[in-house]
Amino acid sequence: MVSTGTTTGSPIFDYAPAPESRAIVDIKPSYGLFIDGEFVDGHGHSFKTINPATEETLAEVAEADEADVDRAVKAARRAFRGWSRMPGKERAKYLYRIARIIQERSRELAVLESIDNGKPIKESRDVDVPIMAAHFFYHAGWADKLEYAGLGPNPQPLGVAAQVIPWNFPLLMLAWKIAPALACGNTVVLKPAETTPLTALLFAEICQQADLPPGVVNFVTGAGDTGQTLVSHPDVDKVAFTGSTAVGKAIARSIAGTDKKATLELGGKAANIVFDDAPIDQAIEGIVSGIFFNQGHVCCAGSRLLLQESIAEEAMAKLKRRMSTLRVGDPLDKNTDIGAINSAAQLARIRALAEIGEDEGAERWSPPCELPSSGYWFPPTVFTGVSQAHRIAREEIFGPVLSVLTFRTPAEAVEKANNTPYGLSAGVWTDKGSRILFMADKLRAGVVWANTFNKFDPASPFGGYKESGYGREGGRQGLAGYLKAGA
Amino acid sequence: MSATASTQSSEGLGAYADVTASEASLRRFLHGLPGVDQVGAEARAAALGTRSIKTTAKAYALDLAISMVDLTTLEGQDTPGKVRALANKALRPDPSDPSCPSAAAVCVYGDLVGDVKEIVGDRVNVAAVATAFPSGRAALDVKLADTRDAVEAGADEIDMVIDRGAFLAGHYLQVFEEIVAVKEACRRPDGSHAHLKVIFETGELQTYDNVRRASWLAMLAGSDFIKTSTGKVQPAATLPVTLVMLEAVRDFREATGVQIGVKPAGGIRTAKDAIKYLVMVNEITGPDWLTPDWFRFGASTLLNDLLMQRTKMATGRYSGPDYFTLD
Repeated sequence: MVSTGTTTGSPIFDYAPAPESRAIVDIKPSYGLFIDGEFVDGHGHSFKTINPATEETLAEVAEADEADVDRAVKAARRAFRGWSRMPGKERAKYLYRIARIIQERSRELAVLESIDNGKPIKESRDVDVPIMAAHFFYHAGWADKLEYAGLGPNPQPLGVAAQVIPWNFPLLMLAWKIAPALACGNTVVLKPAETTPLTALLFAEICQQADLPPGVVNFVTGAGDTGQTLVSHPDVDKVAFTGSTAVGKAIARSIAGTDKKATLELGGKAANIVFDDAPIDQAIEGIVSGIFFNQGHVCCAGSRLLLQESIAEEAMAKLKRRMSTLRVGDPLDKNTDIGAINSAAQLARIRALAEIGEDEGAERWSPPCELPSSGYWFPPTVFTGVSQAHRIAREEIFGPVLSVLTFRTPAEAVEKANNTPYGLSAGVWTDKGSRILFMADKLRAGVVWANTFNKFDPASPFGGYKESGYGREGGRQGLAGYLKAGA
Repeated sequence: MSATASTQSSEGLGAYADVTASEASLRRFLHGLPGVDQVGAEARAAALGTRSIKTTAKAYALDLAISMVDLTTLEGQDTPGKVRALANKALRPDPSDPSCPSAAAVCVYGDLVGDVKEIVGDRVNVAAVATAFPSGRAALDVKLADTRDAVEAGADEIDMVIDRGAFLAGHYLQVFEEIVAVKEACRRPDGSHAHLKVIFETGELQTYDNVRRASWLAMLAGSDFIKTSTGKVQPAATLPVTLVMLEAVRDFREATGVQIGVKPAGGIRTAKDAIKYLVMVNEITGPDWLTPDWFRFGASTLLNDLLMQRTKMATGRYSGPDYFTLD
């Protein structure tokens, strides 16, 4: 399909390795918890975090047990008194300072993120870290303007926020959670994901560097049990979770009947809808970034491609040609487009669902691509001949696997796009402005992108319908999750 | 260099005979091409620009870029002496290093073709701008005479400009027929014909939709190369404009089996920029276009920066501008 240059005998323009230096990061052999402004040992067993691209052990990380979580929540409670009464413009100074330090240390953050997570350095460098800084800058601006948030004249913070974040965007999710919480005057106990704790602990250093008052931000590392202990702690006022729908439901059950407010940002199975009048070359790019960005470890990934039948064949040929140019490999190489799958468990899940797709009769295709021999890897994969009844059209795979369906009319596109338990995001590709408005109105998804995909901005609220969760993060709407109306 | 037919059913140019049969059918066809989303095209070009080309890949790219330069001077003040000097530079860009490739061509006004030809012979091509360059504002027979003159003087390649006024007024068939006529004027007595490059002046066409339409129009009319700019209008060549044109030649080969070359011209001054273009060619059309037969840079100052970077790759240090020849 793709011209490889071999037919004409012209030499192939072969990009030499261009690895980003990892000398800038200093990974310690072991890490403790970050409580009350200090790094402390945990009481639980320690666990290892590994580099998913090589399976090398990076560090031992302390697991927080019930006593550790309690200590962290108490520290946050103590800090809340001072932090919540501090004038907004003073809180803003801390947030601005953090934002600037993030920018100053951006290379360090990006390299460590790629090492611990497996994502390509070009994404951590150009997407994760810049948007992370943007969230702190944006919310710093809100800190002294909360009376304009739409919640009345004197909105008040909620108290201690228990925040649990996933492994797909460790720094970005941390920023989405911490920046608004702090701007609104709350204090935070955050649990990073078990497989990607290192950048949160680097961020803890940034909090120290910014002289953030002790206890305003605390990190407890660990797995599911630690997270469950944290959200169930009786002195927590707010729970914010991003992750799987199953865990989100468990959290919702555990806090039912309490006064805790919750924001849940869960799974998705977004439809990326391409009409026959779409700007086709850009649509192909949008399809590729929609599903292969961050190895498809994206809750709002465009994992269901809905192609108008009249252009399906042509679009698939173009998509396959484009997929053949994707560069899979070393996450630290600046030319890598697709990095490593985050963990052995996730790789097993992706493999299992891909096999189910084949068993159910969908046609599987991947470009020829050589995968590294160690580490967790999955080639960019597309399934054609998929129908709504296939499991790969319904379940979130959370990997570089695209399911392609076709439709005939706009109404059918809407029907198929909405026929999912999820409702986080959707994409629409057409040159017709009126059709964009029609589709955006009909699609039940928290975000609808038109002629683009996976665009994030701190001013734009993000969140889902149905099993994709509730509450919004970002923008003025996101502040509502961390404020109550003042007396 | 054979144009390898693609896998899609290619019925050749014949299938498009109906398209150019009338003003109405040509307009319908050009307006029926898929649109270009400006934001998306620019984002794609910028993303390709972040590729990191180092060591062996950089050395390969620098030599390739040198061999693709159409070394250009298009000034009222050009003299036989000036263009001869330029011709010598094109032959031996780095006189101290015989392993340095020659440039692809020397590009001058038609009246100076003979002076260049005397120096370069058949070792480097001579390209002449024609058809009332750069504005294209003249009667058709004047443009054709201009073209014939240059071909008779020995030009290997003709760089013509399209009538942008006619294009923007929607008179596509007029533009089409003019290209067909110029192509005919490129024919030599022995039946061969000078290579025809068609300049769109994309800075005047403005939209990427127009660039895509102009590309298809010129390819259907028989151009051998499509070229962004005269260098006299800003903006001249840009990465996104070249992206759209590369997509057009890629799609055209898939549809017809005919391969067309691309030449960004004007505004490409650094080796770093040139390498971004080569990355784009590599990833959009594939390596079939990565030869001087199918991709050119219209440039003058670019060559010295390429030479400077090339010397740096070889010696490990930068030399000052006085170590590279002026012309």
